[in-house]
Amino acid sequence: MSSSATAETYNYKVVRQFTIMTVVWGIVGMAVGVLIAAQLVWPELSFGVPWLTYSRLRPLHTNAVIFAFGGSALFATSYYVVQRTCQVRLFSDKLAAFTFWGWQAVIVGAAITLPLGITTSKEYAELEWPLDLLITVVWVAYAIVFFGTILRRRTQHIYVANWFYGAFILTIALLHVVNSAEVPVSWFKSYSVYAGAIDAMVQWWYGHNAVGFFLTAGFLGMMYYFVPKQAGRPVYSYRLSVVHFWALISLYMWAGPHHLHYTALPDWAQTLGMIFSLMLIAPSWGGMINGIMTLSGAWHKLRTDPIIRFLIVSLSFYGMSTFEGPMMSIKTVNALSHYTDWTIGHVHSGALGWVGLVTIGSVYVLLPRLFGREQMHSIKAIEAHFWLATIGIVLYIASMWIAGVMQGLMWRAVNDDGTLTYSFVESLKAMYPYYTVRLLGGVLYLAGMLIMAWNVWKTVSGARPVEAPVPQAA
Amino acid sequence: MSDWLSWYITILTLGNIAACWWLIRWTSKARPGEAAVGETTGHVWDGDLKEYNNPLPRWWLGLFYITIVFSLVYLALYPGLGNWKGLLGWTSTGQYEEEVKEAEARYGPIFQRYAKMTPAALAADEKAMASGRRLFMTYCAVCHGSDARGGPGFPNLTDDDWLWGGDFETIKKTILDGRQAMMPAWGKTLGERGVEEVAAYVLSLSGRSADPALVEAGRAKFRTYCAACHGPEGKGNPLMGAPNLTDDVWLYGGSPETIKETIRNGRKGRMPAHRALLGEEKAHLLAAYVWSLSRREAAR
Repeated sequence: MSSSATAETYNYKVVRQFTIMTVVWGIVGMAVGVLIAAQLVWPELSFGVPWLTYSRLRPLHTNAVIFAFGGSALFATSYYVVQRTCQVRLFSDKLAAFTFWGWQAVIVGAAITLPLGITTSKEYAELEWPLDLLITVVWVAYAIVFFGTILRRRTQHIYVANWFYGAFILTIALLHVVNSAEVPVSWFKSYSVYAGAIDAMVQWWYGHNAVGFFLTAGFLGMMYYFVPKQAGRPVYSYRLSVVHFWALISLYMWAGPHHLHYTALPDWAQTLGMIFSLMLIAPSWGGMINGIMTLSGAWHKLRTDPIIRFLIVSLSFYGMSTFEGPMMSIKTVNALSHYTDWTIGHVHSGALGWVGLVTIGSVYVLLPRLFGREQMHSIKAIEAHFWLATIGIVLYIASMWIAGVMQGLMWRAVNDDGTLTYSFVESLKAMYPYYTVRLLGGVLYLAGMLIMAWNVWKTVSGARPVEAPVPQAA
Repeated sequence: MSDWLSWYITILTLGNIAACWWLIRWTSKARPGEAAVGETTGHVWDGDLKEYNNPLPRWWLGLFYITIVFSLVYLALYPGLGNWKGLLGWTSTGQYEEEVKEAEARYGPIFQRYAKMTPAALAADEKAMASGRRLFMTYCAVCHGSDARGGPGFPNLTDDDWLWGGDFETIKKTILDGRQAMMPAWGKTLGERGVEEVAAYVLSLSGRSADPALVEAGRAKFRTYCAACHGPEGKGNPLMGAPNLTDDVWLYGGSPETIKETIRNGRKGRMPAHRALLGEEKAHLLAAYVWSLSRREAAR
């Protein structure tokens, strides 16, 4: 192996940038989440300022945690993983740098426009058309960098993590372009080209696949690299990964209509949304099995390595929420759960449990390698972070389950004369204790993130960024 | 939908399910030349990343098959494959209509009985008033408040002061068909000085103190612009929902600033129609409940 100055190195710079911003945006997005959770307990906390109202901060929270925190994590890890497993430097340093600055510009644009009330009002696609165009350009650059790197790979086979990253990048491009098709009327206002039930269907086709591909396929890519890496064990089953990959990406595409049960959406579409959601249980669990069983033969690491614990507990939450989701898509269950806080709990068991924990675990593996450290500054702090996060999630989802089921039951309760037993305000009043517990859960999770920030700071400060050489022999 | 679309949906749906079936059949059997259990596939990435080729867990395969079979049965029974209506003939509209019919059969007679009673009899019937109150909590409380005392822009229903008239039949009509009130904006016509004058006069109508010079100037303007709806003495007109301005009851607030704002920019009041939601019989009971609220207040 050559150690001369001309030896090819991996592009770690862009990975470092995205990794640091993952932690930064995680804290920002979750802090906004904690604020709006507090507003649901104490509505005065918007202080009469329009920019701080719940309705404007809620999309800021979702955009910040999904696209800023989750997005930065996916950029960071996909750039790292695709280089390391293809044994080649990124296809283009300039384009990669453009994706970093472009994506950060999108996030800053969101953080300014959403509190100002500038929104398309499409859930998880609230950004107005100029930002939509910027996203499209950044995403095309991302695809060129990623697939360009795959095409130049020195390994014969494409590693499984890259299948998932690749599917995520391609599908998000398709979803974003189709759902954001809109007619601008001014710099800050546009109208969707779709109308009525079709608009709703396109929106939830997008919305659910944002979950399926952004928050699932992308993070499965992360899981397939960092779990075997940290466990030091081979992936459990190659053929399981083949089956669950193809089944997952083909079945997910159909599941969107389960967000529109008992609405003006035609019955046939609702049926397809439900049955394809049910058929998704096994493919989803395929990913969980492949991750957790990778640890077989090294179970003791769960006791000794808090990072492995992050990754494995993350997979457990993944398994739980991918069972819960199909159950909620069954029409009779949905009749109870829809529009209640059960949905909020379900989303957060996926977001805090699966996406959050697998990201945190992966960053703890990744960061020392990027800065030439043996390991994170403090393993004890990782341990503390793990417990804060886990207890926070449990408080969050348990309170939302109770709140959601209670709402569903209160809304449908009728008296002997057929009138409703509870007015809406009564069901709202009943939520106070659960909203308070949810807030506490969120505070704990955020506290864990602050510990992480400290740990990252201590690990990075004084460290020299690493330029790792690309091994030349396959 | 068109035949073409129907076939498109059907083929795509069944094709995807069949592909999944084939995929799990194909991968659940070991093929020659494949890595055996306990061996890795032989590929290595990034120094140490390898893959075993363990067989698909049997319970997991079973789960996949069960969900597929369930889905196929469901598709046979329910609408899903394009124009296929399903063997059960179920539709969500049909289910809704069925449930409404059942509810009508069970609860209808209760309200039919109430509909034949006079408002006074209903007001004296505790059970009827309990039902009326529940209807109020569901349909009215969002605007008029749980205690029916209203709020800015939403009339208090307990004070026996009525915009459109407070006899039983009028209340019932208000509930069934709604009301649309319209106070035009006078800011441009009157000018800021004119708004001040008219506001001063309006304040004086309910016996509040205001600059006498302004009141005098406002009196003439009131006759010209306001009297058509509010009457020459400002006592209002229930035919148009024009409020009485002499009783110191204010729908949008009675501070001098708010009164000026009302004159300047106008107001639009809208009570939505409830005929389609409630029907004649429930509206009868609800009207009796609302009617009773101010009677009870007056009796105190």
